[in-house]
Amino acid sequence: MATTKVPNQKAWWLVLPVVLLVAFNAVIPLMAVVNYSVQETFGNNEFFFEGVRWFQQVMQSARFRESLLRQLMFTAIVLAIQLPLGVAIALAMPRKGIGVSICLVLMAMPLLIPYNVVGAMWNIFALPDIGLMGWGLNRLGLDFNYTRQPVSAWVTLVAMDIWHWTSLVVLLTYAGLSAIPDAFYQAARIDGASKWAIFRFIQLPKLKHVLLIAVLLRFMDSFMIYTEAVVLTGGGPGNATTVLSIDLVKIALGQFDLGPAASMSLIYFLIILLLSWLFYTVMTRHDES
Amino acid sequence: MKHLKFLVPTLYIVFLMLPIYWLLSMSFKTTNEILGGFSAWPQQFTLDNYRKIFTDRTWYMGYVNSITYVVINTVISVVVALPAAYAFSRYRFLGDKHLFFWLLSNRMAPPAVFALPFFQLYSSLGLFDTHIAVALAHCLFNIPLAVWILEGFMSGVPRELDETAFVDGYPFWRFFVKIFLPTIAAGIGVAAFFCFMFSWVELLLAKTLTSVDAKPIAATMTRTASTSGYELGLLAAAGALTIVPGAIVIYFVRNYIAKGFALGRV
Repeated sequence: MATTKVPNQKAWWLVLPVVLLVAFNAVIPLMAVVNYSVQETFGNNEFFFEGVRWFQQVMQSARFRESLLRQLMFTAIVLAIQLPLGVAIALAMPRKGIGVSICLVLMAMPLLIPYNVVGAMWNIFALPDIGLMGWGLNRLGLDFNYTRQPVSAWVTLVAMDIWHWTSLVVLLTYAGLSAIPDAFYQAARIDGASKWAIFRFIQLPKLKHVLLIAVLLRFMDSFMIYTEAVVLTGGGPGNATTVLSIDLVKIALGQFDLGPAASMSLIYFLIILLLSWLFYTVMTRHDES
Repeated sequence: MKHLKFLVPTLYIVFLMLPIYWLLSMSFKTTNEILGGFSAWPQQFTLDNYRKIFTDRTWYMGYVNSITYVVINTVISVVVALPAAYAFSRYRFLGDKHLFFWLLSNRMAPPAVFALPFFQLYSSLGLFDTHIAVALAHCLFNIPLAVWILEGFMSGVPRELDETAFVDGYPFWRFFVKIFLPTIAAGIGVAAFFCFMFSWVELLLAKTLTSVDAKPIAATMTRTASTSGYELGLLAAAGALTIVPGAIVIYFVRNYIAKGFALGRV
């Protein structure tokens, strides 16, 4: 949109409430985490300065690398499935009539279920003896038991996330599609453009902004997945689905190792920040030129 | 070809509805029946699970608590995000781009990272176990999101609207409230929807910051699971009821979601 912005330093007054509220919630706890990350404690509120020891320990630990690898794998699988699937469903959705409301309301439902309810729901849904999915898959002759087999656990985890979040991509894409004026399609019809050409040269470029939102939101949230995964598999069987956030909470609250947990938190946060910034830069690069 | 097109959303919706059906079906079963073996629908239909939730104060207050802090959070987030989004969409000022990315970066802070410091911060302020504490804590990720969404909508409104109003002698706040806000009503609807959604579904912070008086329903569910064995029927009913407020909200904003983004900078 070609709205030119005027320089105006007074605009700071308009953003001030937001800055104060977010800073209150972000800066103080972040500083607390930074504080823990460089200290050792033996209880009694006694702290000893440790410098970067925890950071070195975390970076060198095989456990951290494995959790990180699982986290990256989970995010990659989930993004690779949800984005194309979401766009495909949005393209196939009706454009007008009662069907639109029905689709939107039903599709948005998983988005509004509390995370632990989603986890609990799938926990039972996928049980091989009393759950519809687990029972059904075993009936079909598949050996499926997510509490014992790592592969089944991964399938369940990924299926749950697809169930939970694909609709976000659908809603965003659908909104983006409905913003394309009819004139564009008419012009394409006159030129005799194929379906693929319409998608590639009209729809996709117009969807860029919403897809950026979708990629970023899905990346951040899948990278931070915690509650659903803990309730579903608890990181098991063994450590098969122990992604980074689960491992972090195990260390921080389970073993109460605040120093290593805090430094791990900071590394975790920096990874998300860096990757989001990369996505953002790559996807908005053309806007600048 | 036409039929195939309907097949895709239909299959997707069926896939979405299956786990929800399973949850509903369990909520009408007794715990014994659920654990007794596989049954596709309730054999001994019962409403006891729901009766228990609506008559037991610890259960139904969970819903009241959750809705209270979610509404407070949505109002705070949208109200403070509106002027900020306006500033980002209309003006250039010192550090604006950095500020915008910093705001967004808070959306990327894993709640697991912040749980403990949040607990200490809000305890030291004497706000532990209050609705306002959870509402404020959820601002961490909801305000940046609201600013982001609203900024997109506002950038879609031509500047001429503002200029004409100022030439006509409108003071800034009157223009903002009387003319500008109605223009982006759809955007406010979408932003409020997303704030409601992310606050309603979040559990980790809400659970960390509450114990009794402001305990969210989702946390009530986890406690019941551990103290009185697994009352699966009851849990299923409680879970099924957590879908209701969301479903009502979706119904009201469904047109905003479809048309809403059309105004945005898409």
